[in-house]
Amino acid sequence: MLEPLYWIVRRDLTIAMRRRSDIFTTLIFFVIVVSLFPLGIGPEPNTLRLIAPGIVWVGALLASMLALEQIFSADHRDGTLEQMLLTPQPVAILVAGKVLAHWLVSGVPLVVMAPLLGLQYDLSWAGLQTLVVSLLLGTPALSLIGAIGAALTLGLRSGGVLLALLVLPLYIPVLIFGAGAVEATVSGLGGRSHLSMLAAILVASLVLAPLATAAALRVAED
Amino acid sequence: MAHGTLDSALQIEALSCARGDRVLFRDLSFAVNGGEMLHLKGHNGSGKTTLLRALAGLLLPESGEIRWDGKNIRSLREEYSRHLLYLGHLNGIKGDLTAAENLRIAATLDGFVLSETRAWELLSEIGLRGYEDLPTKHLSQGQKRRVALARLLANEARIWILDEPFTALDVAAVQMLQDVIHRHVENGGIAIITTHQEVAMLGEQTRTITLGRPHA
Repeated sequence: MLEPLYWIVRRDLTIAMRRRSDIFTTLIFFVIVVSLFPLGIGPEPNTLRLIAPGIVWVGALLASMLALEQIFSADHRDGTLEQMLLTPQPVAILVAGKVLAHWLVSGVPLVVMAPLLGLQYDLSWAGLQTLVVSLLLGTPALSLIGAIGAALTLGLRSGGVLLALLVLPLYIPVLIFGAGAVEATVSGLGGRSHLSMLAAILVASLVLAPLATAAALRVAED
Repeated sequence: MAHGTLDSALQIEALSCARGDRVLFRDLSFAVNGGEMLHLKGHNGSGKTTLLRALAGLLLPESGEIRWDGKNIRSLREEYSRHLLYLGHLNGIKGDLTAAENLRIAATLDGFVLSETRAWELLSEIGLRGYEDLPTKHLSQGQKRRVALARLLANEARIWILDEPFTALDVAAVQMLQDVIHRHVENGGIAIITTHQEVAMLGEQTRTITLGRPHA
């Protein structure tokens, strides 16, 4: 069962490495969005510290949504997706592999970049640590949940807008607990409970999202 | 390729398919046994591709049943896919991967191991010597088709479903593909194909089904 998972991840990472520009689009979008707010709001440190968790998290959320459409669309266009549905492997496993590869390429750079952006907002050391942990738990959940939407809107003409409409409501809990964790840490309450909720969301989506995505893909290829 | 006895057959019973509101065919029943080839004919839009996709299990028919070894393919699912190789209009290869990588990944997903050397052997057998480690996006249309067809040589699937397999191939490749299909059928496999090209089909094992009216 792990063999196909490994090969799918390896395949998608190889492809991503051969077209590197796609990786940077997401990351640059994230950096730009998060960097624009201090310019627009003004350099008042107290205000910036206050809004930092929310801004960084919203930026990460939008950036990861931007990358969503690409999870399946290329495979759909060249026919490799229908071939995947016809292999003797469980489709949910293949989906899990594709989402994992997608997160490694589009999610991990966000996690790595976030503390640097947090510094712009004068976040405390503890705040930065919580930010990284919350993103580490939150962004894979975003990719998993988003994959369902990406599969459902596959092959539609205005898929991008529809995808956002479908996925954003499902992202809200992740956003609340993710930004909440950082806020709670900064204010001294401790972000532990928020992080536990994030972890719970991640586990739940890890179990359920690949199954739902697999079903949606079958419909898309019908 | 050691195929078993002829007991395994693909049975189609009262199959109806529609695209949108248009019914393409209704109450289609036939069976294909091991060692037989089925040539699907019909004008454009008569539902050949739809039928092939239904047979592959990609598409849910309106009504009717498709059975493999007496069991509905919907309930067999992955067990059925193990015996099946479907090649549609799309080649199903990644442009950013080389021909050998494409072949090896397809093999792994199909559930068997294909070594790097074996992949290169197969590719030169299918006439792609010298192109094995080039990203397939740099290949011509016919060469891409050959990469996809190389899976036929690697795979041990019993049922081949080929939708217009001769498209974009040159004369030599058409001849070679015919030989490959011929060998597969002689070894007890099933081949279901559509083609508009006038290719010399196999002799007595070939059956023809024409979809739609003879000419619209």
